[in-house]
Amino acid sequence: MALLKMKFNQQRRVRLAQGLWLLSWLAVTCGAFIFCLGVYLKTELLRRDEVMENTEIHVVPNILIMVGLASIGTNWIASRVCQDSMDASRFPRWKVLLLAWFVVAALLCCLLLAVVVLSYALQGRLEESLKVGLRNGIRFYKDTDVPGRCFQKETIDRLQMEFRCCGNNNFKDWFEVQWVSNRYLDFTSQEVKDRVRSNVDNRYLLDGVPFSCCNPASPRPCLQYHLTDSRAHYNYEYQSEELNLYGRGCRQALTDYYMGLMNSTGPGVLSVILIQMSVLLSMRYLQTAVEGAMALENPEEESEGYLLEKGVKETYQDVRAKVLNLVKFVQVDPADEGASGAAEGEKTADANTEKAATSPPAS
Amino acid sequence: MAVLKVKFTKTKRDKLAQVLWILNWISVVTGAILFSLGTFLKVELNKRGELMSERDVQYVPNTLIAVGLIACAINFLGGKICYDCVDTAKFLRWKVVLLPYTACTFFFTFCVLVGALMCYSMHWELEEALNLGLTQAMRFYKDTDTPGRCFLKRTLDILQIEFQCCGNNGYRDWFQIQWISNRYLDMSKKEVIDRLRSNVEGKYLMDGVPFSCCNLNSPRPCIQQQITNNSAHYNYEHQTEELNLWMTGCRQALLEYYTHIMQSVGLTVLITWLFELSVLTGVRYLQTSLENVLRQGDPNSDSDGWLLETSLMETARTNLSIIKNLGKNNQIDAGHNRDPNVDVPSTSKAHYGPDNVPPKHNTEG
Repeated sequence: MALLKMKFNQQRRVRLAQGLWLLSWLAVTCGAFIFCLGVYLKTELLRRDEVMENTEIHVVPNILIMVGLASIGTNWIASRVCQDSMDASRFPRWKVLLLAWFVVAALLCCLLLAVVVLSYALQGRLEESLKVGLRNGIRFYKDTDVPGRCFQKETIDRLQMEFRCCGNNNFKDWFEVQWVSNRYLDFTSQEVKDRVRSNVDNRYLLDGVPFSCCNPASPRPCLQYHLTDSRAHYNYEYQSEELNLYGRGCRQALTDYYMGLMNSTGPGVLSVILIQMSVLLSMRYLQTAVEGAMALENPEEESEGYLLEKGVKETYQDVRAKVLNLVKFVQVDPADEGASGAAEGEKTADANTEKAATSPPAS
Repeated sequence: MAVLKVKFTKTKRDKLAQVLWILNWISVVTGAILFSLGTFLKVELNKRGELMSERDVQYVPNTLIAVGLIACAINFLGGKICYDCVDTAKFLRWKVVLLPYTACTFFFTFCVLVGALMCYSMHWELEEALNLGLTQAMRFYKDTDTPGRCFLKRTLDILQIEFQCCGNNGYRDWFQIQWISNRYLDMSKKEVIDRLRSNVEGKYLMDGVPFSCCNLNSPRPCIQQQITNNSAHYNYEHQTEELNLWMTGCRQALLEYYTHIMQSVGLTVLITWLFELSVLTGVRYLQTSLENVLRQGDPNSDSDGWLLETSLMETARTNLSIIKNLGKNNQIDAGHNRDPNVDVPSTSKAHYGPDNVPPKHNTEG
């Protein structure tokens, strides 16, 4: 009642071993690919670290790096097993290790699947993190003299120019923040005083944006100030002007960029999962076929290879029974100690009563 | 009197052939690298093609591409020849080709050296081209409605942002041209009319620069307009302000960028040239030693290899006379004022006997 039984003669076993050896080396290169992918993704995320509030999204590249390294090791072991499988004297030493190998290989496949799922699931968290990070960046844009924040201006400017975006959701975010430092404001001027008094927090707010929001593709020189005032500039209409500044918000631009990165790696990761699964299955067949051949009188004869010795249900019941036995074994010991301790206690009590019984006759 | 004569045993010849085989394959690889470097340079020059005026700088990447391809071909053939030279039987196939091949490699090596020198000489041509090209581009910055020039604004803005530069020599170049189109100037305003009248050509000149000149590292928001007017901005001194705008000129920035590429490319070409030279020397030795072996008849014997059979002067003289005689092959020798119809007896000293020798009779039998 074995699962997916196949017959293997000597030649087929040799072919299987050779094919699996090649496949496992292919899997090693795939593991290296996954590792490099993880490193690349992590460096890209670290580059924009300053506009992200938390590092939850880093779990994706971290898992990729770990899985890549583990996969290299695991598949290298698989290739060694293949080399030894044709030699009856060397193969038995791998017996114990193979069970652990199967567990590790299955775990790697599951982790890779989890990575694919996570990269979609964490999009919301990424957006939240970017929203808060960008809001802080815009708020501290003017603080180029405060240690710890002095590079926010450069970071935000570079970000806006590289990703062709402006503000958090759009350019109007700059209207709500004072992005010109007080050091450069002439407080004797009437205009400045009016603006500062016009809002509750005494902030110098203006309907202008930094130069990094300017779109080079605009046909006219960039208009940065008095954006909402159509009369302030000749031949300018605020509502219909689209090319003057970048229209996208930086949060959207960065999210699109990172989602694009992770989506484009999706097919690669899925094919690596397939390769790893095929290595796993082929290794199981090789193990059972070679072990079956070694158990025969004539090792060169035909043997059977299977995935599971009994059916799925029976194997599951067997495994469950084994695990329960292991658990019971651990539980019985304290009960035994308690019983033997009670027995010892009784014995000492008896000894005491005997002593007590023998002492009065002495006195 | 051979130049640099070396004695070759059979094993030495075989080893030389093997080493040359490896060297030839390395040279194929360097030829491929040269080809890709030439293509890269061509692409880079074309990317900024709008900013360079009509100077012929394309000849450098074209030469590199051609040299790379020819190097691959010549060294591939050389590898094949050297591989076959170990076996004397196979060598006979290539015997005729070997001398012309050596001559071709000699001229080709010379071409490689010329290519390397061209890389370093491109600097001056490029500077001229960039100077003129950037001046033109800045002049047409405002013409975003003229077909053929509508993308110059975008190109120049992106260039200034990417290379962190401003203007041709510096930001003051923008003060001398009108970079705001008349479409966006309110001609009814007095200020605009005053500015237009203030210079001979009626241009709207201002002491302002486009936004792409703004320096990212400046601690204060960028000051683009009224740059030379200290009183127009609070806490601002035009003479000491260095971080506000990019200080480098774009011609300087682009020239440095291209010079850097050219130096790396030139270095690679020089290394290729050294490889080619060593291959050439090895092939020449191999050719002469194998020919001498064939002359001696025994393929396993020792033979001499040399660079030139006689000294340099004599080789030059012989070659020149060969070239002269090649031209004379079809000409009748009328140089000694002789009538070609007159029979001049032969002056040869060798006497082979009379012409009418009676046949030998076989008296026996």
